[in-house]
Amino acid sequence: MTRTIAVVTAGLSEPSSTRLLADLLAEATATALGPVEVEVIELRPLAHPLADHLLTGFATGDLAEALETVAQADAVIAVTPVFSASYSGLFKTFFDVLEPGALEGTPVLVAATAGTARHSLVLEHALRPLFSYLHAVVVPTGVFAASEDWGAGGADGALVRRIERAAGELAALVASGTRGPKPDQFDRDLAAMGDFEDLLNNYGG
Amino acid sequence: MEYGIFTVGDVTPDPTNGRTPSEHERIKATVEIAVKAEEIGLDVFATGEHHNPPFAAPANPPVLLAHLAAKTEQIKLSTSTTLITTNDPVRIAEDYAYLQHLADGRMDLMLGRGNTGPVYPWFGKDIRDGISLAIENYALLHRLWREENVDWEGTFRTPLQGFTSTPRPLDGTPPFVWHGSIRSPEIAEQAAYYGDGFFSNHIFWPAEHTARMVALYRARFEHYGHGRAEDAVVGLGGQVYLAKNSQDAIREFRPYFDVAPVYGHGPSLEEYLASTPLSVGSPEQVIEKTLGFREYAGSYRRQLFLVDHSGLPLDTVLRQLDMLGEVVAELRKHDAAPEPERALEGSAS
Repeated sequence: MTRTIAVVTAGLSEPSSTRLLADLLAEATATALGPVEVEVIELRPLAHPLADHLLTGFATGDLAEALETVAQADAVIAVTPVFSASYSGLFKTFFDVLEPGALEGTPVLVAATAGTARHSLVLEHALRPLFSYLHAVVVPTGVFAASEDWGAGGADGALVRRIERAAGELAALVASGTRGPKPDQFDRDLAAMGDFEDLLNNYGG
Repeated sequence: MEYGIFTVGDVTPDPTNGRTPSEHERIKATVEIAVKAEEIGLDVFATGEHHNPPFAAPANPPVLLAHLAAKTEQIKLSTSTTLITTNDPVRIAEDYAYLQHLADGRMDLMLGRGNTGPVYPWFGKDIRDGISLAIENYALLHRLWREENVDWEGTFRTPLQGFTSTPRPLDGTPPFVWHGSIRSPEIAEQAAYYGDGFFSNHIFWPAEHTARMVALYRARFEHYGHGRAEDAVVGLGGQVYLAKNSQDAIREFRPYFDVAPVYGHGPSLEEYLASTPLSVGSPEQVIEKTLGFREYAGSYRRQLFLVDHSGLPLDTVLRQLDMLGEVVAELRKHDAAPEPERALEGSAS
């Protein structure tokens, strides 16, 4: 079965350096891993459905599909622009509405873009804790790209090396995993339930 | 198959003129709506239980339902829902048994956990115990209606020694119980275990989810030996706004939808109509959509509609009920299948 990598990218402009970084990371991971299916999820067109989900509690259409893709992926590459010293609200909203447990044990590569390298620790103080909370396995190397990284000496220098290193770590994690289709929220709830006597006993009845 | 309406008793400003009914007006309107429900031939009127504004639903539904029992002749009086988590199961046993006598058996009830966080601490409970409270409290309630001199010790309430709840259920038949839940499989399991009804208020949720919960309940109902899965007692929520033609229905309902406390400011009315059981349209459209529920829930036993919410004024609700009466008469023509032997009036122990 071909492995699937879900790439979540929260860039808002067109073209977007966040998308560019996401593509480079996906490409490098595919190169390191061999045959793999890459599903790119742009959050911009999902902005309205995401706001709706916050209000209604359920996803419809493309958003439902995107959430399912991420939940079923063998690995996730998550890339956000830095807004006000953190991930963007749109990026966070996507992971806010993802079913709890959907990323449990899933290898995740975190990456971010910004206008200045002074934001680079956003990977460590914002993205890594978020995915730790979601019980994902975050690869040690996160990739941060400031505007200057796209200029002279950037793309063919330090940035490329970081991309390859992070992609290599993600590929190694994916290759070592033996994960089949993952249960969805309903199945997880069901598995946790047991039979009725258990329920009564567990709940002290 | 039973058809009825259920209310949450919200006191909401009418967005078309900014007018908010007083609690007194809302409460009296609820009585009028229930009486009207009987007049148009509905089988069930159900009220929610609430303890906080902006709701003027009774904190103890039997207060309203006993009043309605005196004002009506035929309609069955029920709840949507009775909070099994924060009420003392002893009081539920006694208050509802008393109601059962007053109503000559014309009642049942639906248990739910409630979804307002602060309600739990207001009654000395913890919302994180929601499921466990529902399971344990019902285990006691179930015994209190079936046994005298009950000895009981649980986690959540003070122990009982030789306790007999009074009055005893009418003719020794405990009121029929539905368990309502949108997304907790534990509640479907609980309903199946006891052979009680399972009600999915799937108003705000897409159908696929409801289909899985109902399928789970049906399978477990059979597993616990209460009968065939297809005979399991399923109820569904729904929500309608009717007009002679669909354009008028949508035009009239849109201002209420757009700012409604539950779904306002979110998806468009059209998107909501496409993905949830909300029915806004002509009688033909509402009939077609309602009949469509059977495609994913199977043949079911009770359909409750929400009609009096989001600030819709009383006269509009009463006109809606006139049209709903005609819709239900039409829906009944599709209920050709004979009722299973197991009657809803009583519950086997």
